[in-house]
Parts: sequence; C-alpha cells; structure tokens
Amino acid sequence: MTRFILNDVLIETPAHEGTVLLDVIRYHQHLPGTKVGCREGDCGACTVLVGEMEEGRLVYRSMTSCLLALANIRGKHVVTVEGLNMGHLSPVQQALVDENGTQCGFCTPGFVVSLSGCCLSREMVTPERAIRAVDGNICRCTGYKSIERAATSIAQQLATKNTGDPVTWSVEHGFLPAYFKTIPDRLKAIRKQPGLEHDGSVGTLLGGGTDLYVQKHDSMHHSAIRPLGRSNELKGIRIASEQCVIGGGCVANDLLASEELHARLPQLEEYLLLISSTPIRNMGTVAGNLVNASPIGDLTVLFLALDSTIRLAKAPDRPEHGRNLKLRDLYKGYKLLDKAPDEIVTTISFNLPDKQTRIHFEKVSKRTHLDIASVNSAIRLEISRDATGSDMIREAHVSAGGVAPVPKYLTNTSAFLVGRSVDLETVRAAYQVMAEEVTPISDARGTAEYKRLLLRQLFFAHFMHLFPERFTLKQLVA
Amino acid sequence: MKNIDSAGHVTGRSLYLDDIPEQQGTLYAVPYDAPTAHAHIKKLDVSKATASPGVVRILTYEDVPGENQIGGIIPDEPLFAGHEIHFWGMPVALIIATSEDIARQARKLITIELEELPVITDPREARAKNELIIPPRTFKLGDTKAAWSQCVHVFHGRVDNNGQEHLYIETQGAYAYPTEHDSLRISSSTQGPTAVQRTIARVLGIPMHRVEVDVTRLGGGFGGKEDQASAWAALVALAAFLLKKPVKLSMHRMDDMRMTGKRHPYSSDYRIGFDKDLRILAYEATFHQNAGAAADLSPAVMERTLFHATNAYHIPNVEVTAYCCRTHLPPNTAFRGFGGPQGMFVIESAIAHAADELGVSARELQRRNLMQEGSEFSYGQIADHVHAEACWNLTDQKFDLDKLQAEVDAFNAQHETHKKGMAIMPICFGISFTNTPMNHARALVHVYQDGSVGVSTGGVEMGQGLNAKMVQVAAAVFSIDPSHVKIESTNTTRVANTSPSAASATADLNGKALENGCNAILTRLKEKASRMLKSSPDAITIVDERVLNNGRPTDLDWTKLIHAAHWDRVNLSESGHYATPDIHFDKTKEKGHPFAYHVYGTAAVMVTVDCIRGTYEIDAVKLVHDFGKRMNDAVDIGQIEGGLVQGLGWMTLEEIVYNDKGKLLSNALSTYKVPDIHSVPKEITIEALPTDGHPLAIRRSKAVGEPPLMYGIGVYFAIQNAIKAFRPDARMVFDAPYTPEKVLMSLYA
Repeated sequence: MTRFILNDVLIETPAHEGTVLLDVIRYHQHLPGTKVGCREGDCGACTVLVGEMEEGRLVYRSMTSCLLALANIRGKHVVTVEGLNMGHLSPVQQALVDENGTQCGFCTPGFVVSLSGCCLSREMVTPERAIRAVDGNICRCTGYKSIERAATSIAQQLATKNTGDPVTWSVEHGFLPAYFKTIPDRLKAIRKQPGLEHDGSVGTLLGGGTDLYVQKHDSMHHSAIRPLGRSNELKGIRIASEQCVIGGGCVANDLLASEELHARLPQLEEYLLLISSTPIRNMGTVAGNLVNASPIGDLTVLFLALDSTIRLAKAPDRPEHGRNLKLRDLYKGYKLLDKAPDEIVTTISFNLPDKQTRIHFEKVSKRTHLDIASVNSAIRLEISRDATGSDMIREAHVSAGGVAPVPKYLTNTSAFLVGRSVDLETVRAAYQVMAEEVTPISDARGTAEYKRLLLRQLFFAHFMHLFPERFTLKQLVA
Repeated sequence: MKNIDSAGHVTGRSLYLDDIPEQQGTLYAVPYDAPTAHAHIKKLDVSKATASPGVVRILTYEDVPGENQIGGIIPDEPLFAGHEIHFWGMPVALIIATSEDIARQARKLITIELEELPVITDPREARAKNELIIPPRTFKLGDTKAAWSQCVHVFHGRVDNNGQEHLYIETQGAYAYPTEHDSLRISSSTQGPTAVQRTIARVLGIPMHRVEVDVTRLGGGFGGKEDQASAWAALVALAAFLLKKPVKLSMHRMDDMRMTGKRHPYSSDYRIGFDKDLRILAYEATFHQNAGAAADLSPAVMERTLFHATNAYHIPNVEVTAYCCRTHLPPNTAFRGFGGPQGMFVIESAIAHAADELGVSARELQRRNLMQEGSEFSYGQIADHVHAEACWNLTDQKFDLDKLQAEVDAFNAQHETHKKGMAIMPICFGISFTNTPMNHARALVHVYQDGSVGVSTGGVEMGQGLNAKMVQVAAAVFSIDPSHVKIESTNTTRVANTSPSAASATADLNGKALENGCNAILTRLKEKASRMLKSSPDAITIVDERVLNNGRPTDLDWTKLIHAAHWDRVNLSESGHYATPDIHFDKTKEKGHPFAYHVYGTAAVMVTVDCIRGTYEIDAVKLVHDFGKRMNDAVDIGQIEGGLVQGLGWMTLEEIVYNDKGKLLSNALSTYKVPDIHSVPKEITIEALPTDGHPLAIRRSKAVGEPPLMYGIGVYFAIQNAIKAFRPDARMVFDAPYTPEKVLMSLYA
C-alpha cells in the first residue's frame, strides 16, 4: 500500500510501487488536468508539485509525474492543477489568462503548476526565477512571449511574499487554497502510519527514475524495485577540511540550492542551469547520473574533471562496509561499470578549489536548455607561479562527453598539461594529444566530424574563459 | 476578447480526447506498425499476442468490411498494410485489449517475416526513378527562356529544407462507441471531422449518416490532424463496429512520431536573373517534394509551393515546376504554411546568393523587387489591395533598418568571438483553399426562447481562437453581450460536409456562414418587432440588446423580443451557408484567381552567433503585419508570436533524421527539439499596418494562422549573415535547419 496526499485527499493505493504517478492521477484517481505529453520528462504537461517535510519545514518541488514512481511519493503531498483551483482564478491562473498565455491549452496545466511552485518556494521570485520555473514546460502554440509576460507579472505579485512561511502567505493572499495550511500536520500523521517502510531489498535500484522510466517505460511497473529515495543516509552535502562530500541521493537542484557549495564553487550555478530542466533537476540523483554511465552525462563529466572519488556500499546505512573508487575508474566500457549490481554509490567527494585552482565546464547541445549535449567538457587546473613569474600547470584533469563510449576522463591530455606553462603552444599541443584519445561516432547528436571540431572549440573555450587575457580565438584556431 | 476557453485551460477543466469520461467496458487499442520501410510481408504471426490474457482481438486488413483505403486525394494509402509495407510505421495490425498496457505488452509478441525491398528516402532519387505521385506541374508567366539573354546577372544553386514534426502536445487519438441502428459515434482529435466521417464510412462500407463525429477541441493540430487524424479514428471505429464495444486509442508519443507524416522536406534548384538595375527579370525553380509513401495532401501542398514560389516579389518571367516524389517515408502532410514556406525559402535563398555574389545587401534586392498594385502572379491572379511595400516602408519607419544594420556592424567591429547578423523577411500569403470547391462552410444558430444563443460551426478549435471570433461574430450581428453566446462542439450531425479547419480560412468561412445565419434570424426578428411596434422592418435596429425604432428606444429588448417571437412561431434557428465569391482556378491552364485575398508583412530579424561554439541567440524580431481591420488583438498577436516561433524552430533547431533505411531516429522529444522558453527571440515587436481590411475577410479582419510562420525564415539568413561577418569567405549554404552543428561547420570546416 502506498499512502500519500493527492491535493486535499488522502490516498491509499495498492498499485505497484513502480507505477508512474501520472497514471495513478489520471486513470486511477480520474483527475484529467494533468496531461500526457511525452512520457519522458521532456514536455512538462504532466508537471505536479511534490511536498515533503524536511527539517520540520514543508518543501515543494516541481516534478514530471510521468517519471515519478509511486514509491517516490510515499508519505508526500502531490499537487495537481485541480489542487490549485479555488472559487476564483488564482493570480497565477489569472496572469496566464490576462496575458493570453494559453492557446490550445493542453500544456497549460503544466505551466500553472510550475508557476504555482513559485508561490511555495522559500526564495524571492524574480522574473528570471519565474521563467526558470517553466524551463521544463514546452508550449507549441504561443511562442512563449505571453507566458514570459505572465511570469513577470506573477513575480511582481509575489514581491511581498513571506519567504519564511510561503504557504500561509500564499493562502492568505489568495494564491493557494486554504487546505495547504493543513498539510504539514497531515503529512506528519501519515508518517506514523504503518506500512510506510519498504520491506524488500531486492529489485532494480531506483533513484529519481528520470532515466529508468525513459529506458524501461513498459517494464518498471511490473518489475521488483528497490527505491533508494527514502534513505536519508544518501542525502546531504557536507563540506569539511577542504573536501566536499555529496550524498549519492542528492538531486542536481540540491547542489544548486547549497549555499556552502555556492560559496566555494560559484560558477556551479551556471553549469547546473545547462543541465535538463527544473523538474528533472528536482528528481534525477547525482549517483544516478554517474551509474547510468551515459557517455554524455553532464554531472558525470563535471565530477570527472573535479577528480572525484565515489564510495560504493551495499547498504546505504552501512557505508563503512564499502569501498572507495576514483570516479574515472568506474567506467570500463560502454555502460560497463566496476560496480556490482547491488552496490550503491553512497557519496561523491572531491577536493574543494583554492586560489590556485581553475575550474570550467562547457556544454553544447542543439537546444541550449533541456537537451542532451552533443559534446560537453570540464577542466580543473592547479596553477603555480614559478620563479620567473609565469604560470605552470601543477595538476590537470580534463574530461569530455560525447566523444567516446564512456564519459571520458582524458588521461593523456591531463598528463600532457602537467608541468607546462599556460600558453598558446601548450593548449594547441594538448589538443593534438586530445584528438588522439577520443573516438566520437556519428549519431542523432551530430556527426563524428562535428563532435571532433566541437571538442576542440570547447577545449579552447576553457582556456579563453579561464585566462581571457592570454588567448584570443583567432590565435587558437589559426 | 480573450480565448474563451482560457479559464478552462488554466484550471485543467478543458476536456481533450483522452479526458472524456470512459464508458464502462471500454477497450483499448494499440497499433502494431511495420518495422521496416519497404518489404513484402511473407508471414504475420499474431497468435502469441492473441493468446495473451486480456487481449480481445487483433485486427488486420482481412477484417476490413469495406475498403482498406484511406487516401483522400488519391486512393493510394491502405489503412492496414496488406501484402506490402510502404513505410516504417505503417499500421499492420491493431491490438485490442482490456488495458492499454496489456495491448502494448502483447504488441511485443507479434512477429513478422519480411522480404526486404529497396528503400528510397531522397526525393531526387525518386524522381530519377520516375516514382511520382502525380505528374509534375508547372506555373509560367512571361518567357524565362527569352528573358535570360536580357539578364545582366544570373545565379543558380540548390536549396534543401528539412521536414518538421508537428509536435502537437496532445497526440493523435480517437474514441469510438457503438450506438443504435448499427451506427457509431466517434470523438476524434481531428481538424477534419468530415474527413474522419467519410473515411470511416468507406472503411466500414456503411453510409456516412451512420457515423457521427464529434470534436470538442484539439491540443494542437498545426495541419498534422487535418488528414492524418483519420487513420486512427478509422482503426477504433473498425474495432468498435466489429466488437460492439467502446474502443479508445490515445497514441503514445513515440508511436505518433514514428507513424505519422510531417512537413515536407524539399530539395530544389533555382536560377535567378537580374537586369542592370538589380530588378529580377527571370526566375526558374524546380521543387522536389518528398511526399513519402502515399499522396495524403502532398499534391495540394505542392500546388501551394508553386503559388508562393515568388513570395512578395514582382517577377515578369517565371517558370516553376514541382515534382511530387514518392519515397518510403511516412506520408508527409499539411503543416502550417502548407508548402508555401518551402517555396519562399528557395527564392529567399536565391536572393541571398545573388546579394553575396553582387556584393550588395539582400535587403536592397528585396526592396527593389517588391510587388506593386496590379502585379501579376505566375498563376494569373492580378494582385489588388497590395501592401508589400507599405509593410516594408512602415518597418523601416518604425524600426529604422539602417540604424539596426549599423548597430550590427558596430557590434561586429568590436567583438571577436560573437557576431551579429540581420535579415529582412517580407511575406505574401494567399488566403483560400487552393482547391476552390472546398471554400464553403455552414453554421447552425439556435436562439433559445430565453434569448441565449447556441452556435455550431464546421470549424474546429485548436488553440487558434476560432471560438472567440465566432462568439464575436454572433454577438456583433445580434448586438448582444458575448456572454449570451455559447459555442458547441463541432459535430457532423449538426454541421455536415465541412471542409477541414485549415488554410487559415476557418474563421473567414465559418464566420461568414455564421454571419449569414445570424442575419437571417435577425431579419425575422426585425419583422416580428416591426409588427409589434407597428413599424417597418427597415426602421428596426437592435443595439446593445435594446430594440430601436427609427433609432429611438422602445420598450422592447432582446429577451422580450425573443420571447414574443417564439410564441408567435417565428423560426429562431438557422443554418447559414457561405461560399467564397469570385475565386476560380483552371488546372489545365494553371491560371485563375484562386485566392480571396493576400496577407502581407515584413520582419526584421537580428541574431547573435557564438563563433566559438556555433550556437546562437535570436536577439529580436521586429515586424509589421497586415492584420486587416483586426477584430481580436489578443488572438491575432498570439498567432503572430506562435507562428513566428514555430517557423524559426523549423529553420534552426528542429531536425528530423531518418536513416537510409527509412527509420526515424529523431523519434522522441529527447531527440527532436522544438523551441523552449529560452530559445525564443528576446524581443518580439509587432506593429499593425493600418488598413481598412478586406471585404472577404471576416469582419474585414484578415486570416492570421499561417502567414506569420514564414517570418521565421528570416532567422536562417540572419544567422548566415552573422557567419559571414566572422568568416567572409564562408560558403553560402542553403540547407535548413541551420543547427548549431551546421553553423560550426560553416564557421570552420
């Protein structure tokens, strides 16, 4: 049995834990406002808000219900468009009407839900933030400008929001129905209900499900699954003694939200915003990205260049019975890992940058946002100044995706850079080394020839970005 | 007035096909489609699938009681593959089960033995092998052969454009239920209810009056549900007819993308000649249309390519020829613009090519050759109410094109890694179905005895705001508050023999039919009022729900008048009919007057290309559009913005990829990218050209659905100009879409 609150109603369902929430909402609970668009998290028509208690506070995130296993919403509050309706249109709904942000209307409930998430967040909502909230919603009719205008208007109306208690503020200001105020107590109550804990430990490991449900859409609701989402041991970002340790169950947006991490790696935000969309960043886990072993995994490529170490264990609550592995040693071939099927990535850790560290990430995809990279690449350099005052590369880690059967740690390129000065000759020679150690193939993301050229450009872009005064495009490509 | 469904949309209460409450005992259908593009079927084995628990039946061509045929223009498209497969994704069987999941699992148990046959995916190869769906057609004006010798500059080249997936967010679907007297009722997500009705009657071998088709709204259509909704409706109708049970099919996205046709890719050749003053003297083009495996609407789409081959330019000598090439792709179909965009892309490419060679700006060549009042189109229509130059001049006046270009040049002089480009895109688009007999419509109007009004038309609401405009029409004729008017679903038993909602003409045709219907009732009401007021009908007017006699208020108002008319046995219902006057076209001569009117506009497009990475952003699109006398600003602005973004998506990100075996590789939203909120122009500025509108447009407000899509073509040339700023010797390539891959290759390879 799975218990959760759907809008204002407590649901107890015997449906298989691998059933996607979208089907439960539409076909079991007969709430048709949540639409089926693509069933792979790429259109946002099925977006819902998922609320859960975290450190005593009710936190809501937008998620695509087509990729969300019932197992992952146990004991949580699920909000569909029906759960946002009141006797009057909410200011979010009204703004979309006023700005003509709806035409055929099929994508509209998804936009309403995503934008309503802005009312519930604990941060101030700027127009940019409101637009970011719908970065996972595709509309084929409007051309988005009307939706932009609505988002801007909503942000303005939320200017006085009480970020300490957004639920109460939103209810009192007519943004949300009153029942939202009762949710924390009701969630606490169902936490105490029996049957909440998962009983089995066998089956397909399920993190956020954002890849599993795309790859195995037709079988997940029949197979035995072992959900990891409820293991608190896998959560959290800890920073201690110049090391950052990230729980394998953290999602990309946890990285984005971490103020500590932001303080040490401010450029991370820019990179993370190039990765998928808000709802997918709310669901997909860091460990999932690593073990999925996609040759183009964005987080994987970033963590490779950060020279990360992962910890593998069979039980999330007993990491001491595990082992450490350099992330770059995890990948043995296409989708082939140095990992037993029942091993879990409990943490990912890397040394934090200091003043001598230079880090950069580049990604190019057909569409800049919510798209899979054609090629991505990351770099980490440790620089030391020698006696003559010129910069030497003390340590180098370069990675690239989309150019090999695995997310590629560029061993030879990295080794080549060590001990050399940061100059044109080094960069161009390093690219020659790099060209020898990549093997891109032609596929839907581009031809092999393009990927080679793009990798060169991104490699040059790293240096142009990190040492803008030293390199020009003209010299590099000459 | 807003889109009247807005409140329903934002609350999730608007109902789409898959939201219709299901009848008890509903069964679910899933098509089994061909796993190859061209083959003989040696053996199809459905026994294991049939034996699965929950599978009710599996249907094939052998189960079709009528004709196994859905081809609309030409009967060349079987509903089910019989002995031969013509494209990857062609329906071979239909699995009907007690749940969609069971049907999908059973599909994996079907096996097929094939004898593979050669596959053609390239239209030029098809033409070489004489695989043509119809004979080629040529539009001619003047004498290009004689004109070439007078040309001072002549250029020729090749242009390719890719297709475009409609990506309506609501996939195709239909729900059929048996009714009494061996009849059927079908809810369908279709732009063409009559096409669905006709197809089902044909497949089942029953008269059309036993097939009722009902459409509430579509979650997007864009042409993809004009002809191609019929197959899915026919499949569930067949199942419901044979099983005597309700049957539903709501397509899975990847099934939909694999099995349905798209905008036509074209491969074209052009030759363009100028005199010493850079006036275009002659233009020739040959279009190879990749029609796919069956005719579908391709011959009509191809015709519109010829109609729009010269865009907004006056050219005295024209010869354009099009080939409708049969390949082994899913039959390509209608998509907003309907062949017009493909024709316009070619002439704009020819002009860009000429400008590059001549060292002048394309803008100058465009401006010098704009159509004038009285210009003759290659198809013989003499242009009237021409606004090509007026739109251009107002664009220049409002946005100062020289200044915009100077800003682009200044930016480029200062920046090494990023370059800006600007291009202008004028448009001229003809309004009417080019098949003259389709230009008529009907509307059924009921005034109920309490004064409220119910309206049915043959038009389908799919987000284009048709219903809002229909409310406005009825409310305006009766001079009543729009809240009194309700628009009913589109239903073949209320409005029969409809043309599809397409060709931008839906509001014109159905609106004029509605106007006629309302006017007939109004005439009877005025007669009734004149009897009550002892006046003459000519002296009666209704203004804001008040009945006036010789302009003076009376005690009568709308509600009282209706009540009295009803008790006096006045007919308060009417079926209005409208047929566009003055249009004709003779296909034997390829001459005539096919369009009620043309829509004009001019867009200025600015982009920035990242010359390190090959990516780009669209800075601004500033345009002047010929709305006519605009009746609904909100709806029409939405059509401009949405059409523009769809057009620029076609020119930039949207890349359909088939492999050489005819298998679709861009088969999901993860591999086929449409614009998202971050990829649209940072600024879209829309100015209206002030005019009186056109008498053949509904309330003089011109059709607006398709024309703005073609502004997006300007983005291609703006990107090209930015590339040239980085690399002056970059080869001019005309091969849309300009993906980041192609941009990077243009910059460096």
